[in-house]
Amino acid sequence: MTIEAAGIPESKRGRRGRLMVRLESVVVLAVLVALLSVLSPYFLSVSNTLNILLATAVIGVLAFGATFVIAAAGIDLSLGSVLGLSGVVGALSINAWGMPWPVGLLFCLGTGALCGSINGLLVARAGIPAFIVTLGMLGVARGLALVLTNGVPVYGLDDAVVYIGQGRPAGVPFPVFVFLAAAALLHLVLGHTRFGKYALVIGDNEGAARAMGVRVQRHRIALYALSGTMAGLAGLLFMARTNAGDPTGGINYELTAITATILGGTNLFGGRATIAGTLIGALIMGVLQNGLNLLAVSSFYQQMAIGTVLVLAVWLDQANRARGQR
Amino acid sequence: MSLLELEGVQKRFGAVWALRGVTFAVEPGEVVALVGDNGAGKTTLMKTITGFHRADAGSIRFDGVALDARQPGEIRRLGIEMIYQDLALAKMQDVASNIFLGREPTRRLFGTPIRIIDRARTEREAEVMIRKLGARVPSVRYTVGQLSGGQQQSVAIARALTFDPRLVIMDEPTAALAVREVEHVLDLIRELRKQGIAVILISHRLTDVFAVCDRIVALRQGEVVADEAIASTTMSSVVAHIVGAA
Repeated sequence: MTIEAAGIPESKRGRRGRLMVRLESVVVLAVLVALLSVLSPYFLSVSNTLNILLATAVIGVLAFGATFVIAAAGIDLSLGSVLGLSGVVGALSINAWGMPWPVGLLFCLGTGALCGSINGLLVARAGIPAFIVTLGMLGVARGLALVLTNGVPVYGLDDAVVYIGQGRPAGVPFPVFVFLAAAALLHLVLGHTRFGKYALVIGDNEGAARAMGVRVQRHRIALYALSGTMAGLAGLLFMARTNAGDPTGGINYELTAITATILGGTNLFGGRATIAGTLIGALIMGVLQNGLNLLAVSSFYQQMAIGTVLVLAVWLDQANRARGQR
Repeated sequence: MSLLELEGVQKRFGAVWALRGVTFAVEPGEVVALVGDNGAGKTTLMKTITGFHRADAGSIRFDGVALDARQPGEIRRLGIEMIYQDLALAKMQDVASNIFLGREPTRRLFGTPIRIIDRARTEREAEVMIRKLGARVPSVRYTVGQLSGGQQQSVAIARALTFDPRLVIMDEPTAALAVREVEHVLDLIRELRKQGIAVILISHRLTDVFAVCDRIVALRQGEVVADEAIASTTMSSVVAHIVGAA
C-alpha cells in the first residue's frame, strides 16, 4: 500500500511559516516608531503610548471582526456605520428609553450582531456579493443612526458607562483592556478552533470546505454576525469614550480597519489571516495617526495617508506573492 | 443487500438533464469502474452520492440508510469518502489540517467547555497515515500549496482513508500522474479490495479499468447504458457503449 510522490526536490522555502505575524508588519511598525521617536520628542512618552493604545482600541476591535470576514474571502464595508448605529442605539436606550445601563451595553452589541446577521443572511442565502450587501448596510445603518437622533448626538450617560470609556485602572485606559481581551479571545478562536479553521478553509477553497462537511452558508452567516458584533463592541467603546451616541461616529473607520487587517498579513482574497497580525496592523495605524497628529499634519492629509497605505499594502502583498510563486 | 444502491436517480441543472434515472448497485469489497464520455454525468452522479449535489428524484441507500437529504459531513461519517478530481484541498493549510479537514480532533481548553483543535494529535495521526501510505511528503507541517501534484494527491488519498471508509470514490485519480505513480494507485485499489472496502473508480483510461476493476458501468447522457462484469466484456465493447455505437 504505497503511494509515492517521486523525485520531488525538497523546496528550499518549504518550511511551514508557523510564525503568527509576518516579519514585514513588525518591521514597518518598528521603522515607524523609530522614525517618529526622532521626529517628535513627545512620541515615546508613557502617556503618549497609552494614547496610542487607546486610539488603537476601537480600530483594533473593528479590525478583528474584519479579519474573520476577510479570512473567508468576504468583506465588510459596513463596520464604521454599524459602529455609529450601535453607539446611538446604546445611548438612546439608556438615555431616552430608560433602560438600565447594562441593558444599554447589550443593545450596543445586539445592534451590531443584528446588522451583521442581516449582512450574513443576504450574502449567504440570497447570494448577493458581500461588497454590495455591506455597502448597502453602510448606507442604511448610517441613515438609521441619523434618523433616530435627528442628526444630533445623544449626550449624557451613566458614570459606569463613562468609566468604560474613560476610566484608567492602574493608569491604563479601560478600552485598552477590552481591546487586549478581545485580541486574546479571538486569537484563540481564529487560530485554535474549528470555527476559525473553517473560516480560513472557506476563504481558501470553498468547494473543498463543502465537500469535507463544512456547512459553508451557515458558517458565513456566523462570520458576518461576529464582524457585526465586533462593530457593536467598537460602538460601545466609542460611545463610552465620548459619553455620547454620535450618529456620525465611525465614519470611514472601515477604511482604517480593513487597512490594519491587510497590513497585518491577512490575505485580501481569503485563506490566510491571524489576529496577532491584525493587532500589529492596528498598532501601525494607531502609531501613524498619532504621529501625524504630533507632527501637526491636518486630518485631511491623514485620510489621504490611510487610503494610500491601504493600496500600498495590498500592492506589496500581491507583488510578494507573485515573487513567491515563481 | 448491496452496500450502495442507486435507484432512478435524477438530477437537472436548469434545463440540462445531467442524470436521467440512474440505477445500479455496489457490493462490499467490489471495485466498480464508472466510465463515460465527458459530460456523461459521472462526476455529477458521484457528487450526488456524497451530498455535494441533491438528487431531484430517485433514491440512494448506503448499507440500507437513505442518503437523500443528508449533508456531506453526515455522509462522510457513514463511511463514504470521495477523492475529487481537483483534490478539494485547502492550499494554504498544512498537510495535517487537510487530512483532518472536517474531522479535527479537539480537546477542552484548561477543562473549560471551550473546545480547541488538538494540534499535537492532528499532526501525530496525520504523520502515521502518511507513513502508512508510504507517501513521500516531507512534513505534515508543509502547506499543501508547496507540494507537487503527486504529493497533493497523496494527501487527498490519505484523507480519504484515515477514517476507515467502507466505500471510496475516486474521480480520475490517475489522470495527472506519471506511469510509476499510476501503478501505486492501482496497487492501492487492490489493497482496498482485499480489506473489503468498495471502490468506485471514474477513469478514462480503460487499461487501468481492466487492470483492477470487477465490474464496469457505462454512463451516456445521464443514463446507464452498460453494466457488465469485466471478465465478460472487452475493451472495444466498452468503447462502443461509451460513444453510443452499440
